[in-house]
Amino acid sequence: MLAMNYRGPLRVRIDEKPMPEILHPEDAIVRVTRSCICGSDLHLYNGSVPDTRVGMTFGHEFTGVVEQVGPEVRKLKAGDHVLVPFNIACGKCVFCQQELYGNCHESNSQATAVGGIFGYSHTAGGYNGGQAEYVRVPYADVGPMVIPEGMDPDDAVLLTDVVPTGYQAAEMGGIQKGDTVVVFGAGPVGIMAARCAWLFGAGRVIVIDWVEYRLEFARKYAPCEAYDFRSLGDPVVFLKHTTDSLGADVVIDAVGAEAAGSAMQTLLGRKLLMQGGSATALHWAINSVKKGGIVSIVGVYGPIDTLVPIGNVVNKGLTLRANQASVKRLLPRLVEHVRKGHLDPKALITHRIPLEHVSEAYRLFSAKLDGCIKPVLLPPSARN
Amino acid sequence: MEQPRIDPSRVKGWGVDADPENDPTYPMKKRNNGEHAGYTWERPPQQPTGVEVLHSNERPNLTAAFGTSTPPVALSGMIRRLAFKYSESSYGHWLPLMLADRVNAVEGVLDDLAHGHVPNLIDELGWKAEWEHNRKSLVARVAVGALVTSVAVAYLTRKRRDD
Ligand SMILES: NC(=O)c1ccc[n+]([C@@H]2O[C@H](COP(=O)([O-])OP(=O)(O)OC[C@H]3O[C@@H](n4cnc5c(N)ncnc54)[C@H](O)[C@@H]3O)[C@@H](O)[C@H]2O)c1
Ligand SMILES: [Zn+2]
Ligand SMILES: [Zn+2]
Repeated sequence: MLAMNYRGPLRVRIDEKPMPEILHPEDAIVRVTRSCICGSDLHLYNGSVPDTRVGMTFGHEFTGVVEQVGPEVRKLKAGDHVLVPFNIACGKCVFCQQELYGNCHESNSQATAVGGIFGYSHTAGGYNGGQAEYVRVPYADVGPMVIPEGMDPDDAVLLTDVVPTGYQAAEMGGIQKGDTVVVFGAGPVGIMAARCAWLFGAGRVIVIDWVEYRLEFARKYAPCEAYDFRSLGDPVVFLKHTTDSLGADVVIDAVGAEAAGSAMQTLLGRKLLMQGGSATALHWAINSVKKGGIVSIVGVYGPIDTLVPIGNVVNKGLTLRANQASVKRLLPRLVEHVRKGHLDPKALITHRIPLEHVSEAYRLFSAKLDGCIKPVLLPPSARN
Repeated sequence: MEQPRIDPSRVKGWGVDADPENDPTYPMKKRNNGEHAGYTWERPPQQPTGVEVLHSNERPNLTAAFGTSTPPVALSGMIRRLAFKYSESSYGHWLPLMLADRVNAVEGVLDDLAHGHVPNLIDELGWKAEWEHNRKSLVARVAVGALVTSVAVAYLTRKRRDD
């Protein structure tokens, strides 16, 4: 079968690989119908996630048709068209039982600090991902959801990560009616977080990025005020100024390790890899939220130490909330939001690219070319 | 050695200020305090171990299911095995893993060559996308690269006056 093949930093290609097999009685094999490239894949692509092995297939956002199921699979059957949450979750461990599906204890042998994630290095379990024609899906009765009648598969594929992550970013902000919410990052996740902030009753939503076409997209889609941080001088001062010098009630970090904007953070976090990424957006978030405010972090960072102004967290009495999104927990609510038209996920998709052109797709998304917000890869069988 | 545990019921004032409403994890976590019982849940069946899987020394076993992509091999594999002697809390774990990733990229090229495949860097780097959508910048970067290379080559192959 065709599958994306990681060769080293910035180098990926399409290759013939062996078909995945049932390795565990609760596995399913799924024929992929759509798979996305995510901002999280860029951390792998840039070579900044430890234990990203050459030869691995990435891809944690995908839909597909069940081809085969293991002997212990009860609910799914061959032919079901499913959307598959990016978290691999057993459903039985104490964390899954508490709906912390992003923190399962039975899906990632290599690290206890993160649950298993499809196609996301060995630090997240060593599973091949969905940027391929076929993929092995463990714990098939737990994660996958049959795509509801009438739902567009383009909406479905975004329910595997972008929508729940953006939604949870806003949810973790504990937004109260009237709150001013600032979102750092106008990638798919940040745009969705800004959109969802309104669902929780935000009174004002401000998005910060530095890619003009994304700011423009966010302005219309969220909708929101959206600023290029390069035009603001010091973005913290600007945000203080526009909130009566008090700071925003809630600030969301939807940027993570690849943040631009500070030479020192870029050097330490992205060039020398001496910290778990560049924490510029998180730094700005902590410093621009009000006293007693909440910082919600969905931007992904590496596992080693990262410089953040922790003293200000203490002195301002901040609450930090963060997690990998618990996709399964949120799906029922989000399906309803899509049905009712509260959310329009598929509008984020700007590019539909044949799986065979995966190298160009990575470059396009990573370098933010051609107005790209969200690219979807289509395997040959999904293109007829 | 682990020290004996303290019986909470014998601690003066135990639980007098306990407040179930004080739960900053709401609504992310449906708290049931099951973890107080330890690692006692009924586990899913164990996936048979067909390939080498390294596991964090912060857990006693392999997870019930695990990924089997790209098991450790060659020099990078040796470095990775070493890294897993240290916990996720230690630089002794993460720095060797980063080193192994860099070594692994070189091994990947050698492996390609050994299979008679010369990696097509222009394709793997996705330069076609740059050519189509960012041509000026690509051309500038290639020109600078070529200039730097030719200056370096000229310098290294220059005739030395003193010989
Ligand atoms: N927690 C989760 O469950 C989860 C799930 C999906 C993605 N993520 C993470 O969320 C983040 C965003 O994902 P995405 O797909 O939108 O990625 P993306 O790379 O498309 O978007 C990131 C955006 O941040 C902008 N940016 C860079 N530096 C900035 C700064 N200092 N201030 C403001 N904006 C800045 C970039 O220009 C870009 O538009 C990534 O770190 C990704 O790994 C987390
Ligand atoms: Zn993702
Ligand atoms: Zn679990």
